[in-house]
Amino acid sequence: MNATAIDKPRVEMRSIGKSFPGVRALSNVDFTLYPGEVHALLGENGAGKSTLIKILTGALNRDAGEIRLDGKAVNFNSTGEAQAHGISTVYQEVNLIPAMSVTKNLTLGPSRDALGVISWGKARKRAREKLSRLKLNIDTEQPVGSFSVAVQQLVAIAHALDDDTSVLVLDEPTASLDAQETATLFAIIRDLKARGMAIVFITHFLDQVYEISDRISVLRNGNLVGTHMASEISRQDLISEMIGRELGEVEATLAHKAESGPGKQKLVARDLGRKRTLKPFDLTLHAGEVVGLAGLLGSGRTEMTKLVFGAIRSDSGELHVDGQDMSGATPRRSLASGIAFCPEDRKAEGLVGDLSIRENIMLSMQAKRGWLRQLPRREQEKIAGEMIRALGIATPDAEKPVRQLSGGNQQKVVLARALASNPGILLLDEPTRGIDVGAHAEIITLIRKLCNEGMALLVASSELDEIVAASDRVAVLRDREKVGEIDGADINRDNIIRMIAGDDSGQH
Amino acid sequence: MPVWLKAIVQSRAVWPVLALVLILIVAGSVSPNFFEIRIVEGRLFGNLIDILYRAVPTALVALGMAVVIGTRGIDLSVGSIIAIVGAVIVWRIKMGDPHITILFSALAAGILCGMWNGFLVSALRIQPIIATLILMVAGRGIGMLINQLYGGTDPSFESALLQWMSTGSIWLIPTRLILAAGIFLALWLLIRRTALGLFIESVGGNAAASNLAGVKAGLIIFVAYVLSGLLSAWAGVIMTADTHTSDPVSVALYIELDAILAVVIGGGSLAGGRIYLGMTVIGALVIQALTTATLISGLPPEYNLIIKALVVLSVLFLQSANARKAIGSLVSRRAS
Repeated sequence: MNATAIDKPRVEMRSIGKSFPGVRALSNVDFTLYPGEVHALLGENGAGKSTLIKILTGALNRDAGEIRLDGKAVNFNSTGEAQAHGISTVYQEVNLIPAMSVTKNLTLGPSRDALGVISWGKARKRAREKLSRLKLNIDTEQPVGSFSVAVQQLVAIAHALDDDTSVLVLDEPTASLDAQETATLFAIIRDLKARGMAIVFITHFLDQVYEISDRISVLRNGNLVGTHMASEISRQDLISEMIGRELGEVEATLAHKAESGPGKQKLVARDLGRKRTLKPFDLTLHAGEVVGLAGLLGSGRTEMTKLVFGAIRSDSGELHVDGQDMSGATPRRSLASGIAFCPEDRKAEGLVGDLSIRENIMLSMQAKRGWLRQLPRREQEKIAGEMIRALGIATPDAEKPVRQLSGGNQQKVVLARALASNPGILLLDEPTRGIDVGAHAEIITLIRKLCNEGMALLVASSELDEIVAASDRVAVLRDREKVGEIDGADINRDNIIRMIAGDDSGQH
Repeated sequence: MPVWLKAIVQSRAVWPVLALVLILIVAGSVSPNFFEIRIVEGRLFGNLIDILYRAVPTALVALGMAVVIGTRGIDLSVGSIIAIVGAVIVWRIKMGDPHITILFSALAAGILCGMWNGFLVSALRIQPIIATLILMVAGRGIGMLINQLYGGTDPSFESALLQWMSTGSIWLIPTRLILAAGIFLALWLLIRRTALGLFIESVGGNAAASNLAGVKAGLIIFVAYVLSGLLSAWAGVIMTADTHTSDPVSVALYIELDAILAVVIGGGSLAGGRIYLGMTVIGALVIQALTTATLISGLPPEYNLIIKALVVLSVLFLQSANARKAIGSLVSRRAS
């Protein structure tokens, strides 16, 4: 790595800014990439990693800042232009056509043959050359889909690599690989690095970050928190940078938590788990208690909430709600027994965009009542109106399609739906994701209010300060395993971070 | 421009209704007696009645289609269901069943077909277009096989009950119109006065979210195909009674396309998530009015299909959100 420090940077991104309607995705981000280095890019969901990468690879245009390639200012309007300058990307989902042969897949893209006519003889030869760069010896006439995910991943990398590729971006390349396959991939990365390739490596596995990268940059909420030599930053400091401090005011207002102590047991999970999803865990929720779920991206936060709700079917252990056996329950049955769930991905799993705010709010409650007993329209309007007022949903009327609301208001509609079903237990996955600071504080306040009214809440969040501010107890996850709990007065950033980091280097 | 005028111009309903009125006006100017309604043999006769009368089977099938499309599905097998229903009716008549039992057997056959489609789509998760294509292809063959159950030599029959349902009349009004109106009302109550409509629309809009909100998405989708099967069966009873025969090869050929068109003219989107029952009926009427008008105008029947395509194209264009906005702003500029 010392060698690279004296080299000239291959890529310099300076003061990059990018906004989407209602969201500031990146502001003033610097990112430098040297030849022969592996540069890890870290951050939680929505931190701005993919936006930064898309700007680098020409998939998005920046609003501000400049990009220099080997010292020259460049401006890519398409991924094709970036590729022509030697910048290639391999995305997390393998972008290959499974039913096509390896040769055909490797031939897709800008044609170099005369008149766009493909000579398959040449194409086969070129495909084998590309694969030999990665020391991959496979039958190029077999369909890509017939190979393991790891080989497909390597074929995708081969596809991305050209003779003149100098920058390779790997977006979560190891997400679906096992340890052996990861080792193979890393050997290839090291080889490419030795040949002077500049590599951006996006992942959420910290062990892999330390294993393969030379430098680490951390993004949070669209800002660069810092760039470090991998050898000079501890795991704890790294985690602390990733899940930073956002909540100052809220924390102050909520310093006083429930004095009364938790009520009776509402939900007990014993050895609940699912293979390859989350190791079996124990969890108890009491009435009048907020349990926070802390852990890094990919540690199993979402999976735990979904296992408890039955949105992911468990294959081990049992679940009891109010003393009733709920093992293997479907979302519908969970809802009927008084559990409500607000998923992380509002658009895909939360809202029905074309239906009105009223219809979205009514959905769970109506599902609970059954299809025959439709709530009278006047009643529906009353409940929707109350929810809109209580949660401060900004809308002229309840009949507006929910798609047209802002992110924060959409989140409140998801919450309103859960609350309208009158649950005793509320599971919230990232309740403040992608919403502005004002709405953020309101939702934390609401969580505490519901708790004081006797509800049992499980709140998964990537924001540590949010967890600290809202929770009476914190369950900590690491690498798809619950590693411990922190109680009452011991809940603070340092304790949680220490537990997330762990002493062992937990193999993934 | 007054608020009500603006509301009308920008409403979903305006173009299909306007198209229907326009078609009738054009037909009326071509054929002077177009709007005349007479009483013949104790029943109303005339072109307007004829349009309603002939639109009934398509409208029934289209209503079922609207429900299925609301779940983001499609039912291509409706024509084949009609073929099967026809064959079942003739088979049971030859077997000597009481005719009221035969009516229920026919409807049960449609429900069974719907259950098959619903099973493929909701339990086996086959894409709706493929799942219903299976019955679409096989159904007419099944109809022919059923015809062989009684030898298949003479598929014609007489049935006072079924004929009354199809071509009979009550107090001057064709029975099939009255029954169709009753079915429409029952379906409307089922969709809008229970939560079924909300569930169908939420499943069609976002099945994953609906599931997490506690809606049994699979069951809802299943029910939609069963409804479509039942409504197609009713159309099958009417069409079979109309011709006094079972003709699995050519009965209701391409009716699925007219039904889909009717839904789309009525403002439904194949992307699912919304059901417009009333507008679907208007859509079916637009299609039938066009057919009748072209026939009366004396144009060769070849033109019928082309004119139909052009009218459908213009209605769909005018209905698109962009065109509606553009016209809305044009009208308000003129008016101010």
